[in-house]
Amino acid sequence: MVVKSLTGNYAVAWAVKLAKVKVIAAYPITPQTTIVERLSEFVERGLLDAKMIRVDSEFSALAATWGAAAGGVRAFTATSSHGLLYMHEVVWWVAGSRIPLVMAIVTRTIGPPWNIWTDHSDIMDQRDTGWIIMMAEHNQEVLDSVIQLYRITEDPRVYLPGMIGLDAFILSHTTEPVDIPSQELVDSYLPPRRQPYIMTIKEPLIMGNIPSDLKWNMKMRWDVHVSLIRAKEVIEEADREWYKLTGRSYGGLIECYKCDDAKLYIIGMGAWVGDMRDAVDRLRDEGYDIGLIKVRFIRPFPDDRIASVVRNAKLCIVFDRSVSAGSAGPLFLDVTAHMHRYGINVPVVNVLAGLTGLDITSSEISYVVKKIYDSFEKGELRNNIVWYFGGDELWW
Amino acid sequence: MSEYVKYLPLAKPKIGVAGKTGSWRTERPVYDPSKCIKCDLCWLYCPEGTIDVGVSENEYVRIDYDYCKGCGICANVCPVKAIRMVPER
Amino acid sequence: MVVAIKTLPKERYFLPGSAACQGCPEAMGLRYVGMALGKKAIIVVPAGCTSVIQGLAPGCAVNLPVLNVPFASADAVASGLAAAKEIVGEDAVVIVWAGDGATADIGFGPLSGAAERNDNIIHICVDNEAYMNTGIQRSSLTPYGAWTTTTWTGKKEAKKELPLIMIAHKVPYVATASIGYPTDFIQKLRKAASIKGFKYIHLHAPCPTGWRFDPSKTVEIARLAVETGMWILFEAEKGKVRISPFSKPYADKSKRKPIEQYLRLQGRFRGITKEDIKMLERMVDEAWEVLLRLT
Repeated sequence: MVVKSLTGNYAVAWAVKLAKVKVIAAYPITPQTTIVERLSEFVERGLLDAKMIRVDSEFSALAATWGAAAGGVRAFTATSSHGLLYMHEVVWWVAGSRIPLVMAIVTRTIGPPWNIWTDHSDIMDQRDTGWIIMMAEHNQEVLDSVIQLYRITEDPRVYLPGMIGLDAFILSHTTEPVDIPSQELVDSYLPPRRQPYIMTIKEPLIMGNIPSDLKWNMKMRWDVHVSLIRAKEVIEEADREWYKLTGRSYGGLIECYKCDDAKLYIIGMGAWVGDMRDAVDRLRDEGYDIGLIKVRFIRPFPDDRIASVVRNAKLCIVFDRSVSAGSAGPLFLDVTAHMHRYGINVPVVNVLAGLTGLDITSSEISYVVKKIYDSFEKGELRNNIVWYFGGDELWW
Repeated sequence: MSEYVKYLPLAKPKIGVAGKTGSWRTERPVYDPSKCIKCDLCWLYCPEGTIDVGVSENEYVRIDYDYCKGCGICANVCPVKAIRMVPER
Repeated sequence: MVVAIKTLPKERYFLPGSAACQGCPEAMGLRYVGMALGKKAIIVVPAGCTSVIQGLAPGCAVNLPVLNVPFASADAVASGLAAAKEIVGEDAVVIVWAGDGATADIGFGPLSGAAERNDNIIHICVDNEAYMNTGIQRSSLTPYGAWTTTTWTGKKEAKKELPLIMIAHKVPYVATASIGYPTDFIQKLRKAASIKGFKYIHLHAPCPTGWRFDPSKTVEIARLAVETGMWILFEAEKGKVRISPFSKPYADKSKRKPIEQYLRLQGRFRGITKEDIKMLERMVDEAWEVLLRLT
């Protein structure tokens, strides 16, 4: 066990090295580039026994990564923003093929105009595809989660690909002290790779030709969905086992911070959850009964876990760092839809903030939470979707 | 496989995957062993692989009429016209 | 190493009763891949006729491992798959079986990438000179003057010269082949399989359905393409071209059959004018000239 100062990107690279990935195929895009550069260095200095395929585009990156995974080896790729959009066709194909692999997404906004800063549009855009989708709050979680994802995706109860989001620059390029587990620890945590089938000359197996029975095809889609639901327990088990080995737990699908007697909840995903923690501490000091629900996994969606926490809340505020334009923020949409399924009639407000990389501080988070809660208490809430541009600029 | 994951987009090789494609024919190849020079060209060029050669002394070529689509390539390439196409009905 | 017909294996790697049209050249080509490589082949199939020829799952007309992949991705997938096979120590020949679109158009970028990286795969372009699977629309490999459903008065652009483009990538092995000359194709396939690195084989595949000719004439038309000099069989290694034996006589222009003999058998050239024919003859002459300079 060694502590190093690592950026989020280097934490990803270290995790991939510890997971003994065998094939890496990636195309550079800011701000993912340093992941691949560090991995290239590991490979060329003989520290990681893997093949790097320096592909011609992100589309080829995921295609080659998947080809290797279908051939029976642990594989990895990473991208952001436009790169992720470019490979979107393959994202669907990988999930439907049920071949596990892991991809890091350094979440970056989408143009035009060109913009390298963070928001969650790129990763949220993948929600329907059948992948396991999670986001990290800090670099230690990044490293730990990449390793956990190999265990989760390769579990026979799951057999689906997984992606982890880390915010552009805020995590990817910011240095934090990160504990790097030993190779022995990771070896004891990660079983040898398993997958539902392998493309091999040992048997004439065909993947993907047109099905004769559409009911059978629809059941494949059902199988993806139900495997994601089943993944919930696999995720929590992976978290518990990691805690036993390292003393670190992230709560599984969600983490509750100061939720015990909370009446007001803020809910969010990603790096700014760290700022939300500070805001919760500050607001608690000011007398608010406020708690934080950090959503780690948006797919599978932790519907029951969230429902059991917010059942008796007065108000929930969901922070989204992207918007499903014309509707609302994607996390808000999932939270409210599933709360409704559970018969929970708690009011929820959606705050759309931090899009296109616009920075939001923890004091600004406290400010907007107070503004909303105080209006709500007075019965003066103008809307339950608000765009927040920082300072005192709220657009209802 | 997995005892959990039940529905995978997989297939195995199968003869007659499109059914008994012999029903597609409007013409059928008819083989005359007396003309045959055993060159194997009909076997080589048949797109479906419905032709077997070296079957027996008296009948070198055998055509599987369950699957022969009646394209006529075998008759076209035979250098001695040992195969000719006749109307199916 | 000359391939004798009688030595070819009789095992069926392409099974009767497929969904292919009568007289389909892709079906023929797949049989030859099986004869050449047998159980060593893993085939990566992007969207194209062969996607459908395989028939409906859970059955398949191909008796080899097949990975069906998104349209443009075949060469990238094959690169990854080949890397995995090397890592696990499996002696596999990874083949991309791609049509016009997946080679020359939508798949062109990844093809060029895999070639430039010299990834250890064989890319076979099964060239039926249009997007046949979606209903005979023109591709960049459709020849000048040909009718398609998107070129009703004949294609105005020339056929994209894929083999020359691949030679310019300086890959270890580039070859052209034709389903009219199976032993030549099989020999080239086996040659390619013995070389490490990126190999490209461009297989001429006359399509009765799309070119509008009687299905019995697939082989006849494939041979006429070579006999008129319109399709040149060659190999290129280290930038040096070798005209293949079946095409050698036609280096001499006087030995070439008139191209009308090839064109008039195909309904897709029905609307062709005298000027078009002259244009095509010029193109044939130029193609030979360029190629002979590289020998």
